[in-house]
Amino acid sequence: MNKSINRRDFLKGAGVLAAASALPVSMVELVFADTTQNFSFAYISDAHLQQIKGTKFVNNWDRGLIRAVAETNLLTPKPDFILFGGDLAQLGKKAELDHGAEILSALRGNKVYHVMGEHDYYLDLGQYWETLFGPQYYSFDHKGVHFVVLNSILTYDDWTYKRWPTAEQRMLEMADLDNPNGSPFMVGDKQREWLKQDLAKISKTTPIVVVSHSPLQKIYKNWNFWTDDAEQVQALLRPFNKVTVLYGHVHQIQYNQIGNISFNSVMSTAWPWPYPSTYAQAEQYLPKLTVPMNRADPFFERDATGWQFINMANGNVDMRYNLFSNTSRTVAFNTKTGEPEDTVFQSPDKRIPPQTQY
Amino acid sequence: MHFEQLKFAVLWIVVTGLTGVLSAPAQADEFTQADLNRWQEQYAKVVKDGRELWTSSKLGSNGVACVQCHPNAANTHPETYPKFQKQLGKVAPMWEMINWCIRNPLEGKALAADDYKMIALQAYITEERRGVKLDPGKH
Repeated sequence: MNKSINRRDFLKGAGVLAAASALPVSMVELVFADTTQNFSFAYISDAHLQQIKGTKFVNNWDRGLIRAVAETNLLTPKPDFILFGGDLAQLGKKAELDHGAEILSALRGNKVYHVMGEHDYYLDLGQYWETLFGPQYYSFDHKGVHFVVLNSILTYDDWTYKRWPTAEQRMLEMADLDNPNGSPFMVGDKQREWLKQDLAKISKTTPIVVVSHSPLQKIYKNWNFWTDDAEQVQALLRPFNKVTVLYGHVHQIQYNQIGNISFNSVMSTAWPWPYPSTYAQAEQYLPKLTVPMNRADPFFERDATGWQFINMANGNVDMRYNLFSNTSRTVAFNTKTGEPEDTVFQSPDKRIPPQTQY
Repeated sequence: MHFEQLKFAVLWIVVTGLTGVLSAPAQADEFTQADLNRWQEQYAKVVKDGRELWTSSKLGSNGVACVQCHPNAANTHPETYPKFQKQLGKVAPMWEMINWCIRNPLEGKALAADDYKMIALQAYITEERRGVKLDPGKH
């Protein structure tokens, strides 16, 4: 394959030079012989906008999303589109979803695709979200890649419809990550049937990108870093040559390879979550490939939060994580090993102290 | 009688004299299963109250709860305190760090070191980290 690597500055114009020194936005772009096939998209996720009262919202979470939108607007070349990975709201309230839609409306000239998160869903089962952002699951094609957006945060009917006296109580029970009253996430029979029919029309050589809120793999059940029918969803994806699953929810950098399927997480703009291994009382299955993200300064409000720019030039994704107040990280698909890998820190002897902090 | 022997005899008289005054004193090793149960219940109650504070928004003013960033109190590392805290600029015990979190992300009022709520929070955090070896000063 005829390709060269060309480093470009992602910010342009004298007006943003002052910002450029403060923002970690720069990018390596893979340039292919057939440049029409190159494209990239930005992924913002897990804003958790939380209403205090009236027009007052929690400042930290607001600032994270506002900053992600501002940085996305500074990108050049512009991403083809933007994905929002779910959990725009904290408690699914109209005021929170409206506030999020308003902040995101400042994104300039880009189509935004939305993913359903459990914090957006369990108050009214997604009704208001749908009026703002459209259907809860759908697919679309872009430059030869088939994108599928799933609502992966559904659970048993008994839990959803019968267990709780009020919708508010149901929302609060699902909002707590370590709550034993919670329930595992799943895609569910109906949506899997839809997925099967959607994929039936697609050639096996078409690159597939599945976008979901929860991981579509089983990492840690106690915190719902888990999708209960993951194996059944994976079975539908197995016949395709190039499959990538992108997910939010975990508020940390994770990546994995199961058969032909690459998994990459996206970060949160609100707050970071610990790796499950820091909880001493239960077993967890964090993928061995994953190099933990940098927690250099937990006292910096944006530490270990961020958003990422994704390149799809080779049919698999390369993730460029923009880490505030930290060196950016790239997790790229290595075509030789057939696995995603951290381009700098994959080898254990290359790790830096904050990545081994527990 | 040698001097050493004399001292022993005097002590013996004092001790037996005292026990004669106090009627049937409890020996240090005479606590019962009921005592153990009571102590365990008291501890479990404080841990439970700590968990309740941890998952509620009562400690702050903006509706944020500790559990949002720290599910199961993970990433709090009680076994590493006292340690240097960058934002305080000194070596600090855990309760000072808890107050930092209450004041900043939770926008609440700091608690006194011996406030029942502070004790309950520390009991809950430490209970979730049981079994991990002490490693003071480490990050």
